[in-house]
Amino acid sequence: MKRKKWNYNLTIGLILTTIVVLMAVVGHFWTPYGPTDMNSMLKNAAPSLAHPFGNDNFGRDILSRIMNGMGTTCFVALCTVGIGVVFGTIIGAITGFFGGWLDEIVMRLNDALSAFPSVLLALIFISLLGPGRNNIIFALGILFIPSFARIVRSEIIRYKELEFVKSAQVMGAGKLRIIFVHILPNALVSMLTSATVGFNNAVLAEASMSYLGLGVQPPEPSLGLMLSDAQAFLQIAPWYAIFPGLTIVIIILGFSMISEGLRVYQAR
Amino acid sequence: MKYMLKKITTLIITLLLVSVVTFVAFSVIPGDPALAKLGTYATPERVEALREEMGLNKSLPERYIDWLQGAVHGDFGESYQYAGVPVSELINQRLQVTAILAVMSFIIILVIAIPMGIVSARKEGTWIDVFINLFTQVTMAIPAFFLGMVLTYFFGLTLKFFQPGKFVMPQENLGACIRYLIFPAVAIAIPKIAMVVKFLRNSVLSEVKKDYVRTAYSKGNRTKKVLYIHVFQNALIPVITFIAMVAAEILAGSIVVEQVFSVTGMGRLLVTAISNRDYPIVQAVVLYITVIVIVINFIVDILYQFVDPRVRTE
Repeated sequence: MKRKKWNYNLTIGLILTTIVVLMAVVGHFWTPYGPTDMNSMLKNAAPSLAHPFGNDNFGRDILSRIMNGMGTTCFVALCTVGIGVVFGTIIGAITGFFGGWLDEIVMRLNDALSAFPSVLLALIFISLLGPGRNNIIFALGILFIPSFARIVRSEIIRYKELEFVKSAQVMGAGKLRIIFVHILPNALVSMLTSATVGFNNAVLAEASMSYLGLGVQPPEPSLGLMLSDAQAFLQIAPWYAIFPGLTIVIIILGFSMISEGLRVYQAR
Repeated sequence: MKYMLKKITTLIITLLLVSVVTFVAFSVIPGDPALAKLGTYATPERVEALREEMGLNKSLPERYIDWLQGAVHGDFGESYQYAGVPVSELINQRLQVTAILAVMSFIIILVIAIPMGIVSARKEGTWIDVFINLFTQVTMAIPAFFLGMVLTYFFGLTLKFFQPGKFVMPQENLGACIRYLIFPAVAIAIPKIAMVVKFLRNSVLSEVKKDYVRTAYSKGNRTKKVLYIHVFQNALIPVITFIAMVAAEILAGSIVVEQVFSVTGMGRLLVTAISNRDYPIVQAVVLYITVIVIVINFIVDILYQFVDPRVRTE
């Protein structure tokens, strides 16, 4: 028997994500300093023991602001994935199970949308809706629906002709029961992989849009906004840019390693 | 030929559809363009006169036809923000910049990603493969604009390889322009390398498992020869379809990265126009970008058909 190889992607991904989630949850209730407390003595102060990530141009503690901003970023990403999963599952299940003209329309739409990167589409949406956190969630959420629907659809099609589904049908199970109780639990790993990819795209898109000034609006904290403020002080306070940037990298890296790990797990 | 005709028909329909969506979307936004253009000089008579002049009193389909006719000739009306400047003039200058930037990042991506993809497939399961996997995972997680800031700090502010913010337009000095664009191009390219590496690796690995490879081995060929002569030729074919996606990603990346390096390209124009609600510009830039993406997809489809005749019969 072949010895099981260590799934390093999954392990590292889970560790990173746990750290991120812990920091975001703690940051919601408690931060070392007030995220908006200014201290004119510490303007652009370098990292120190009291302020491990340094201070920004108003003397605010960067670590506290990051912990706060992570919450916003993760909230936007979670809502996006939530919208995509709920509507994507419904649409994917219906189109996959019943097929027909609706199936054809949804798939064509998906083909058309998938040619465009999500940042680009989100930008178009925002130019119509105006900037702001809720509009970002709305835009990214809608954009995530078709790609998730496609995953659910292909899983439904894969399973609906199999023996166990047929026998459930013979035993008189309703269509909804077959979809939600018999088929979807089997598709969980694929759906999770797709959701983590969607989460990452949302984090990236939110950060980019906020950096451009079209996403989350001040005074609400956001990692992208911090980076856009930090750019003016890059020379005198590089830590102001480095730490929020690294935080984004770690959030995305954690989730993408989990998704890679899940793929490896599924392939076995 | 039948395949070509079918593809061209789809292309035309898609382009028309995109133009309708772009036009209608920006026409239903609340707000009166005539009022926006006049600003504080607006009196009811003036607004009415300008509405008449801008053709806003016509019905939506009529306005669409007018707009489309203009768009085909490269006329998108005038910007609200820069009074009197035609949108097409603003775009043409910046399109060149973004085109140079995109081509540069595309070359960087291919030069780095193709060897990496091949090596990681060839050394599947070894520490080199693991290392490349980790490398691509990390680079994929870096937002292009953050990478841009890191590059600005190290190569611009510390090592002084370039002067951040001192971008030169290609019309003035092409050499200086290209030199400045090296770092923005790297910032766009690095996060996208992973896409190509992964795709190529899978493509090579699935090709290796095919029967003709086994036949080649059984005839006594050596590993390297089979790999380089038989497998790569076929494994590179699916990568062509992938090029369209990479190109679209590069365009999206450049929108954000142009902002970091103060490069006056399409992306910067779009972002400023969105902030200023300068809709004629937004509309035109969106149409340009979508048309570029669609046309690249079309060219790739046609190209693919020449390289791999099997798709025609499908």
